[in-house]
Amino acid sequence: MSGQAEHVTKDELWGGNRSPFSVSYGKMMMWFFLVSDALTFGGLLTAYGVIRHGSSELWPVGEQVFEALPGLHGSYPLVYVALMTFILIISSVTMVLAVEAGHRMDKKGVVKWLGLTIIGGFFFLSSQAWEWSHFIHGSGGGFQINQPLTVIAADDAGDTYQIALDNGSWVHMSSDFGHKYEHAMEASEEPVAHDDHAGHGEHVASETHEDISTMVPDEIILNKYTLEHKDGKDLRKLVVKGDEAKKIWAAMEPGSMAFGANMQKNEYAIQQQYANFFFFVTGFHGFHVFSGVLINIIVWLMAVKGIFEKRGHYEMIEKIGLYWHFVDLVWVFVFTFFYLI
Amino acid sequence: MERDDLIVNESYALNAKHDEVAGKQIRKKLYAVTILLTVITIIEVFMGVAFKRNGTFAWEAIKLSFLILTLVKAAYIVLIFMHLGEERKNLKYVVLLPYALFIMYLIFIGLYEGVSVQEGHNIFG
Repeated sequence: MSGQAEHVTKDELWGGNRSPFSVSYGKMMMWFFLVSDALTFGGLLTAYGVIRHGSSELWPVGEQVFEALPGLHGSYPLVYVALMTFILIISSVTMVLAVEAGHRMDKKGVVKWLGLTIIGGFFFLSSQAWEWSHFIHGSGGGFQINQPLTVIAADDAGDTYQIALDNGSWVHMSSDFGHKYEHAMEASEEPVAHDDHAGHGEHVASETHEDISTMVPDEIILNKYTLEHKDGKDLRKLVVKGDEAKKIWAAMEPGSMAFGANMQKNEYAIQQQYANFFFFVTGFHGFHVFSGVLINIIVWLMAVKGIFEKRGHYEMIEKIGLYWHFVDLVWVFVFTFFYLI
Repeated sequence: MERDDLIVNESYALNAKHDEVAGKQIRKKLYAVTILLTVITIIEVFMGVAFKRNGTFAWEAIKLSFLILTLVKAAYIVLIFMHLGEERKNLKYVVLLPYALFIMYLIFIGLYEGVSVQEGHNIFG
């Protein structure tokens, strides 16, 4: 495809008047911009690797943190992010089909495929919004203990282990109890200003919560998001029940409890860098997708108006296509480093 | 202002238009790549869920294969979807070589740093 200029000598080619790369100025600059942008993302992912390698605490495992599906209970590890990846790959394909249609000067094809790309972008963005909200909301919360403890814990298969927890260990509540406790805690922090509602019996009843000082969990989960290995076995999601759970509950470090994640606290790990990197890298990528969708919409409108047809070529689709594929490319790496490894 | 979006001569790759017959062939290739990328993603997810992360050699090999599969995916996206495989050799090198050089150095120096921080934790607690 690149051989239109065989009859031109090398000296002539670099002497001016012709593009030595056989591409237009705009397309070449898009490539150079993408190289610099790729260095930014490469830098971010490398920084993530540095922090993760240097971390003295266990690092959360992607398949244990990201295992929820909207509207469903239970564990579906990585299914949701796989779906997001698939959506982005498909929108990349529709984009490349739009470019191909452009080469045939097929306006209808360009409008159709670029339109589908925009829809794919919206799907991805809304999936990411849900994932962020789930990550921020959390699933049960965790806290630190303030003394060393030895407890009996059981894994999925029912095998029991004696686990020695250090002072400062991070333990988790089940998602049912955690959410109940969180709501009760929020309610107890609110000033009591519901007096004027006293007459509406039903309304008041729906707003009363348990007293948090008497709430005790039935079970505590160890290694909910992390894992240790012992004798070739993965120790994860170990459940501590009954009196043993009460023992852990009694050793709770005051004020250490965290629900979900924000920039100061997170339930997924003791170290805050995990949540911060997640927010920054996927957020920065999401912002790229967002601007990509905006640019796609503008170019789609131009295509509908027939501007490119008048211009005689659909190179603009190629240029924004490069950007869009780049966004997909970055996601492939984010997927590997944040969710798989 | 001089417009830079006009095609002034035949030397631009984008000026190469193709007909419906060639388009059919190109689309066939694109669909094949789509299927390949999807299958690789499914394999990755399956591997991530199915294998034990018990720090043994097997899990280290799985991690390495994640990296290889990711690079394969990236190569297909860059070379086929972004058409870099069809561009001139000099454009390919201008894009890929500086990036590869910088990023390999960055990864080397970054991981070296991370590992020694980890050793520091092990020694000094």
